[in-house]
Amino acid sequence: MTNAQKNRIIDKSFQVFGIVCTFFGLAILAILLYNIVIQGAARIDWDFLKDLPSRRPQKAGIYTAVMGTIWILVLTTMIAFPIGVGAGIYLEEYAKKTKLASLLEINIANLAGVPSIIYGLLGLEIFVRIFGLGGSVLAGSLTLSLLILPIIIVATREALKAVPSSIKDASMALGASKWQTIWNQTLPASIGGVLTGVILAISRAIGETAPLIVVGALAYVPFAPSSPMDEFTVMPIQIFNWVSRPQHGFAVNASAAIIVLLLITFMMNGIAVYFRNKWQKKIKW
Amino acid sequence: MKNGVQNDSFFKMKFSEKIIVTLLKFAASITILTTIGIIMVLLFETINFFKEVSFWDFITDKEWTPLFAQKHFGILPLVTGTLLTTFIAIAVALPVGLTIAIYLNMYAPKGFRKIFKPLLEVLAAVPTVVYGFFALTVVTPFLQSIYPDLAGFNALSAGIVMGIMIIPFVSSLSEDALYAVPKTLKEAAFGMGSTRFQTSFKVMVPAASSGIMVSIILAISRAIGETMIVAIAAGQQPRFGFDPTVPIETITAYIVQVSMGDVPHGSLEYRTIFAAGITLFVFTFVLNSVSFWIKKRYQEKYD
Repeated sequence: MTNAQKNRIIDKSFQVFGIVCTFFGLAILAILLYNIVIQGAARIDWDFLKDLPSRRPQKAGIYTAVMGTIWILVLTTMIAFPIGVGAGIYLEEYAKKTKLASLLEINIANLAGVPSIIYGLLGLEIFVRIFGLGGSVLAGSLTLSLLILPIIIVATREALKAVPSSIKDASMALGASKWQTIWNQTLPASIGGVLTGVILAISRAIGETAPLIVVGALAYVPFAPSSPMDEFTVMPIQIFNWVSRPQHGFAVNASAAIIVLLLITFMMNGIAVYFRNKWQKKIKW
Repeated sequence: MKNGVQNDSFFKMKFSEKIIVTLLKFAASITILTTIGIIMVLLFETINFFKEVSFWDFITDKEWTPLFAQKHFGILPLVTGTLLTTFIAIAVALPVGLTIAIYLNMYAPKGFRKIFKPLLEVLAAVPTVVYGFFALTVVTPFLQSIYPDLAGFNALSAGIVMGIMIIPFVSSLSEDALYAVPKTLKEAAFGMGSTRFQTSFKVMVPAASSGIMVSIILAISRAIGETMIVAIAAGQQPRFGFDPTVPIETITAYIVQVSMGDVPHGSLEYRTIFAAGITLFVFTFVLNSVSFWIKKRYQEKYD
């Protein structure tokens, strides 16, 4: 066998190995989804969605967890959206290339790498103890907001960066102030990218379990929260609670709840991708 | 007079603009406050912790039993548990992820890459509690059918599933790095008669090594901080050593375990989670800083 032939065989084998690896990841995803759907799909009905938690698996539902997740979703969006986009605008449009900007940039890169459970410890001490919010929806939302701020800021900056400077220059040349230019030109032109980032960040927040456990979200909450100061649970914590129980009925419940959680997560990711594609198609500079 | 009115509204605009900029600046400074907050909180509670526990015991004692009557405060069992699951995860994610990156970049047809890269990223979008359930109810029983002595809770299953979760971190970021290598390098290698395999490993991977390193470090950092998979599937038994077949406990899983119970604020047990937290924070902070440094140092090499 010549060297060239040997090299060609190595080349081909690696190609096969590459295909195997790519499909390995996807096959695992498929097995995961298949197992959960087989176990849990039959359990999902109207009662499961509107029943309160219970000691008996057949009677237990996810109503309080779903309501808690919706509360967290709304409050976290209300807190993190304005702060994250505002910070992104400041860093990209105002603070460019100053010492402060590079400090902020390093800081945000580092924050993005801090494990989520550490944010839980921060929330526990600051929001739960010092602010006296207790294990409330508000304390949980504030904690998750800090967790997803870096994602929103980075996405906002990327989106703003993509707007060509000719647009901004034209606006400034017509006498618009810097903020008028940002508000009327730059932001509308980049809103698709900003929203994509925000939705992805929120969908990350919905799947988070650990920081909320540390902040003091409870595994068992008999009522859905009715104000930001109420105690709460969320779907991932309800799933964690059911997974840790030995009875098979609870594993079925966990699968059913996972289906609902995954539907929400994938739906949000789908919306984000849709926004991104629509926005990329519409605007051609 | 008309001129004066114009000036007035002009100043008003200037003024409101100032307020807006101040607000934006405040929003940006919240990120700084977050970092300061994290460090202060961890340090404050940890200093209180070390008023009662000796630092030497903390880093040398091979037992971690703060919740038992016979209390030991050695962090080493939690550290070995964390390192063990992280090592297993990287042993899965690195070869698979890097191979996928090279395959997508060098071998796959263009359309293939466009479809499969985002599809693989779905793996990173699945909530971690779902992976924990998967590790416990599917992967562990499967591994037990091959190796019957495997405990119901173990580092192996949790580590493998964690590795699968971080495959897209390695594959997507490494592929980005390979994509950024100038086409001329690739074409020169092909022009010399190299196969795709030779070009990949002799030219492309070395040229993209800084980006690939960054992706691996970020994956390690992610694995160290991962919580729910290990809390569900690896057990809650702090154990010094590197046996992947028995129940262990990681730093993150310990924090969850304590948080699930009712530990009074200000007690020594309460402070242990901050002492564990700062250990975790130091690990990930060092890794993140190294990756940031590599990125800054090497990113403009080919511009």
